[in-house]
Amino acid sequence: MKLRRSMLFLPGANAAMLSTAFVYKPDSIMFDLEDAVSLREKDSARILVFNALQLPVYREIETVVRINPLNTPFGLPDLEAAVRAGVDVVRLPKTDGAEDVELLEREVERIERACGREVGSTRLMAAIESASGVINALAIAKASPRLIGIALAGFDYVMDMQTERGDGTELFYARCAVLHAARAAKIDAFDVVWSDLNDEAGFLKEVDLIKRLGFNGKSLINPRQIELLHNAYAPTEEEVEYAGRVVAAAAEGERKGLGVVSLNGKMIDGPVIDHARRVLQRAEASGTRK
Amino acid sequence: MTDLAFDLLDRLPRFDGFAKQTPYLKDPELKRSRKVCPSLEDAIRRSGLKDGMTISFHHAFREGDKTINTVVDLLARMGFKDLTLAPSSLLNCNAPLIEHIRDGVISRIYTSGMRGKLAEAISHGLMSHPVNIHSHGGRVKLIQDGELTIDVAFLGVSTADCFGNANGISGRSRCGSLGYAKVDARHAGTVILLAEEIVPFPNAPASLSQDEVDYVVKVEQIGDPSKISVGAARITTNPRELLIARLSAEVMVHSGYFEQGFSMQTGSGASATATTRFLEGYMRKRGITASFALGGITGGIVDLHRKGLIERVIDTQSFDGDAAESLRTSPNHIEISTNEYANAGSKGAYVDQMDLVILSALEIDVDFNVNVITGSDGVMRGASGGHSDVAAAANLSIVVAPLIRSRIPTVVRRCTTVVTPGECIGVLVTDHGIAVNPRRPEIAQRLKAAGLPVMTIEELQQRAESLTGEPRPIEFLDKVVGIVRYRDGSVIDIVRQVKG
Repeated sequence: MKLRRSMLFLPGANAAMLSTAFVYKPDSIMFDLEDAVSLREKDSARILVFNALQLPVYREIETVVRINPLNTPFGLPDLEAAVRAGVDVVRLPKTDGAEDVELLEREVERIERACGREVGSTRLMAAIESASGVINALAIAKASPRLIGIALAGFDYVMDMQTERGDGTELFYARCAVLHAARAAKIDAFDVVWSDLNDEAGFLKEVDLIKRLGFNGKSLINPRQIELLHNAYAPTEEEVEYAGRVVAAAAEGERKGLGVVSLNGKMIDGPVIDHARRVLQRAEASGTRK
Repeated sequence: MTDLAFDLLDRLPRFDGFAKQTPYLKDPELKRSRKVCPSLEDAIRRSGLKDGMTISFHHAFREGDKTINTVVDLLARMGFKDLTLAPSSLLNCNAPLIEHIRDGVISRIYTSGMRGKLAEAISHGLMSHPVNIHSHGGRVKLIQDGELTIDVAFLGVSTADCFGNANGISGRSRCGSLGYAKVDARHAGTVILLAEEIVPFPNAPASLSQDEVDYVVKVEQIGDPSKISVGAARITTNPRELLIARLSAEVMVHSGYFEQGFSMQTGSGASATATTRFLEGYMRKRGITASFALGGITGGIVDLHRKGLIERVIDTQSFDGDAAESLRTSPNHIEISTNEYANAGSKGAYVDQMDLVILSALEIDVDFNVNVITGSDGVMRGASGGHSDVAAAANLSIVVAPLIRSRIPTVVRRCTTVVTPGECIGVLVTDHGIAVNPRRPEIAQRLKAAGLPVMTIEELQQRAESLTGEPRPIEFLDKVVGIVRYRDGSVIDIVRQVKG
């Protein structure tokens, strides 16, 4: 159960950021070769990211590379570089249907075989950025066993829907659709970026919403957002205390060979125990909420 | 009368009228205005300045200083040669001095530091004599020991009266504390005040006092206070600076010295300002206050003072307008000289009472030696300042620096230039982790117990090198362009001319 609350975007062409970003300790770091890199820097960014991925410091953190779409001249070279450099996850942008993921998977497998990387060791995630993508979310989520999650990308999506970012109403359907698809496929779901860095209150309000909806986490564009997000996802002391008792009771039940366990007269079953484990995992990562 | 009495009377001078020593007292106008000169040129003539002598300045206006360049320009026009320039420090704004060094007006320099084009030119061999780089406390020591004899001090002040009572907290261009100038006023052979405004006698408070001042001359502007500010006026939004600041605050909190009545110096710069802000939360949480904050004072420190979290502010240099204003208005914001601040030869320096200090570094090596003078290219671009003074005296010195600056490592195997010896540094805080000097095992144990990311400094150095590659060694020539003087006057290192 890998914790993925924060996925920090890093512009692939920024060498200084590539060499330090891990110090902020996001759950995953995403090197962007797509929108954050200008056309004339596509090649240099790819080389920088290829080298950064091989630094020992990036062995200790989950790495993701957002490649350019495979129907652009940059997509395939990006993929070659990322897979060969040993990236953990490839993020595909603008995923409209399952066939996009299937094409990606075939290319990844080819590269894995060509460079001697264990087949299947490169994981995938798909970003949904259009009305078609949202409609096809379930098919996308189930398109490959390599998928670790799907993400909603808000900017292109609202453009496609002929609306704009507002209080979240405009994303309500898409968020629910992506989230349900992810849960049905038993993979992770990631929410959109929050781009107004100076509006901390707005960011926290949105984090509160997506956490209650059930998202695993959010893509972030600035390290300053990491601690805020982790703290918002951190359980309270009472929640940790209760989760501890749930897990202890479950262990006790298992030891005694009981099928069903109860705590304070309430029945504890599998999902309750899973939830308690997630609470403890978040507490272990970032402590209790401040 | 005895023979002894005759002998004594023979040697004593005979009374020769009431004004023999003080002829100006015979003239009611002259007695009041005798120190006021109609022009700077006139003041210089009356000072008796000669070729080969030493002139001094304070640098409280930092990048906004207009006094040093104006005076040296005039001295050049008046034909002076072979002068020793001894300002408390030099900055980017002093680039015009290059011409005067070339023309032989200035032949020697004593300073805390230098930056910009002047520093580059000197690093490339502009001067025949090496520059002496001293700390703020060390400068006073050199003066007291007689190595640095100031013949004429030119001190810019925002207000002075006709007798020379002066301060930096009233008038138009206010720099705040005159901590550096106080030393020059006391020790210089002749003291000339350049005052923006001559106010009615007696001016108060008198940071510089009439009994130390020879001449007063009115000038248009001594400096631009808006260019003093070195730190971030508002809290930084740079995530790396915030990360370092938060770690520094936590190191202070768990150091063992964070108790009721503790004292601190946090200096300027973005991380330092942010550290101060983080400390506020911890002080409130623990319900403690600081007895004093020392040094270069920023608005961040003043803010905590106003909120009652720092009882007294001891100010040798005001780093921004808030600090200057607080010095003017708060009875517990106290102006001190650099002798009182940090001189190892003084009978009591405030640094000796210091608990926790935050210091910066251009480089720090695996023995914790710190370089604040030369950049990774070997060119001088910084200042010794109070670094070695406070590091030597404080209970715990914490150096804060990013591990890498623009792909250049800060933690290195060997510093290009040593300014502060590693034995004085307790903790290094970087964005990649914290290293504790093995001389301070008790500190390492406390920080580890608090869950802070403590690593060895070798690990940090290797981490930096793994990210940047091994830097190519800087190529130096044999010529010595700078001598780094430790606070006691001894030579701790030298700076050689860079090749190319």
